[in-house]
Amino acid sequence: MTQLTQQILSGVATGAIYASLALALVMIHQATESVNFAQGEMAMFSTYIAWSLVQVGTPFWIAFVLTVVISFIGGVLIERIIVRPVENAPVLSHVIVFIGLLVIFSAVAGWIFTYTVKQFPSPFPTKPLLGGAVTGHDLGVIGVTFVMLILLFLFFRFTPLGLAMRAAAQNPESARLVGIRVGWMLAIGWGLAAAVGAVAGIMVAPILFLDPHMMSGVLLYAFAAALLGGISSPGGAVLGGLIVGVLENLVGTYLIASELKLTMALALIIIVLVVKPSGLFGAHAVKRV
Amino acid sequence: MAATSGLATIPVAASGTNWRRIGVAVAIAAALVLPWLVSDYRVFQFTLAGSYAVALLGLNLLTGYNGQISLGHGAFFAIGGYTAAILMHRLGVPYYLTILPAGAAAFIVGVLFGLPALRLENLYLALVTLSMAVATPQFLKYFDHWTGGSQGIVLRKPAAPTWLPIGNDKWLYYQMLVVLLIVFWAGSNLLAGRTGRALVALRDHPISATVMGINPVFYKTCAFGVSAMFTGIAGAMAAIATGFVAPDSFNVFLSISFLVGSVVGGIATVAGAVFGGFFIQFIPNLANDISDAAPWAIYGLFLLAFMYAMPTGIAGFIRTMAVRYAPKFRTAVGEQPTSQPGSHS
Repeated sequence: MTQLTQQILSGVATGAIYASLALALVMIHQATESVNFAQGEMAMFSTYIAWSLVQVGTPFWIAFVLTVVISFIGGVLIERIIVRPVENAPVLSHVIVFIGLLVIFSAVAGWIFTYTVKQFPSPFPTKPLLGGAVTGHDLGVIGVTFVMLILLFLFFRFTPLGLAMRAAAQNPESARLVGIRVGWMLAIGWGLAAAVGAVAGIMVAPILFLDPHMMSGVLLYAFAAALLGGISSPGGAVLGGLIVGVLENLVGTYLIASELKLTMALALIIIVLVVKPSGLFGAHAVKRV
Repeated sequence: MAATSGLATIPVAASGTNWRRIGVAVAIAAALVLPWLVSDYRVFQFTLAGSYAVALLGLNLLTGYNGQISLGHGAFFAIGGYTAAILMHRLGVPYYLTILPAGAAAFIVGVLFGLPALRLENLYLALVTLSMAVATPQFLKYFDHWTGGSQGIVLRKPAAPTWLPIGNDKWLYYQMLVVLLIVFWAGSNLLAGRTGRALVALRDHPISATVMGINPVFYKTCAFGVSAMFTGIAGAMAAIATGFVAPDSFNVFLSISFLVGSVVGGIATVAGAVFGGFFIQFIPNLANDISDAAPWAIYGLFLLAFMYAMPTGIAGFIRTMAVRYAPKFRTAVGEQPTSQPGSHS
């Protein structure tokens, strides 16, 4: 029983990380109808920035805030410089550009920081809590993620900028007519997604250790989370992330060998896409012929 | 081959065909002479480049001609490689008899994968295939009884018969060249005819194509199967040539380098597969001297640069130049549709 609670709680913690990355994917998908395949690699790179800041002696939380800000600016710049020119190009071009980004981030990280695996400090106490059911880091991750989710919710619900971004994503033409600068809203969306990804990266790095390939598996789970919850629904993505996190732990402990975890995520993705492409909470995509 | 088989899949008029024949003849002649001009190690590298070219032909057929985006062709390459390796290592089958079973295995998996893929839109297919590429090494390690786990399988490299006065590398090179020529002959015939037109029609105007009586289920599934088969054959060729298969050589970056080769060579072309094969074999070798990460940085930059500046790849560029500067070409191929890669929905 203890083992079960333990697995569920640590599943919720990793699930919170998948939820963050899935949320980043959903934010970009909402605005541009495409999936940013480089999201994981961008998060990985942000984590390296945080790592370097901590290495030179910056206190953890200051490094955290700085990294989130730098990632936001980086995300905005990527949208403006690299994604903008192919905005109206066919899907294949989007995919190729995103894969190009993925490869470049991975290579530059390897080039600057080498491929040696690095330890990443956790800001939370590592000692087990609640009679060994959960580690301090897990609880911290859950806390940070939920604070971030609430902030995002308040931002999109109550601030003029957040509302303008939603308008730009839902109906670009009308948004433009009421004076919203749609292009910049997309860029800010990219910035926010990069910042959310950075938080996910920093939270997962103490568990997975830092190396340039750290996020490829996490991205796969985030895909599964986003699709399970419905890629058009931010709340769904978060719930999907938690489900996938818990499922990963339970299935990996009780049902199949842990070598098949990624295959399980792949199977989940295929099943969702084939059986219920809109996910649990997503809107049905209606296509005009 | 290089000169004319640009983006078009419509049979070209007579003079264009002549140019194409000359190009193919020159390329084959060069391929025959090549092993005698370079060191044995280079011969081995050219053999690998040939296997990549075959793999890219499979990817071009699916993604370029039929518009189904695959970011996971490394998985089919792995299926081919492992089928060949297991047949040789566990069952003692001679290496030259493993290529067809490898292709058949990949074909079956490809068709099975193509069925759910029918229901996926481009973007989601890309996502699923990328996930497949990420999951492949773990999957291979799990079945360690067959695949040898993360150690992989070491194979004996085939030796040249003693009565032939050539080295092992050259012998293997010529055999693989024969396989490559057969696959390219089959592939270009398939794409130049009715099937190729059906694939392109389904890519560009799926609804009109269906109305015209093209069966989308049949053609798209077959495209997946044949594409996987070519790439599986390529995997077997590479496994035989290197004498080694291991799960971590079939990681997500193998699939991505296929995409790079495809885009650089020309994604909706036959000839582009050859250029792409050379590119992904030799560019990393050159770049490795700078840094371990340099090949990938260069790959990424090439992807972006080609997407912005030369979306039809090297093969498309050559064709554009030929149309511009060779008057005969203009009449032969001038009116052909110059669709960009992925100009479909």
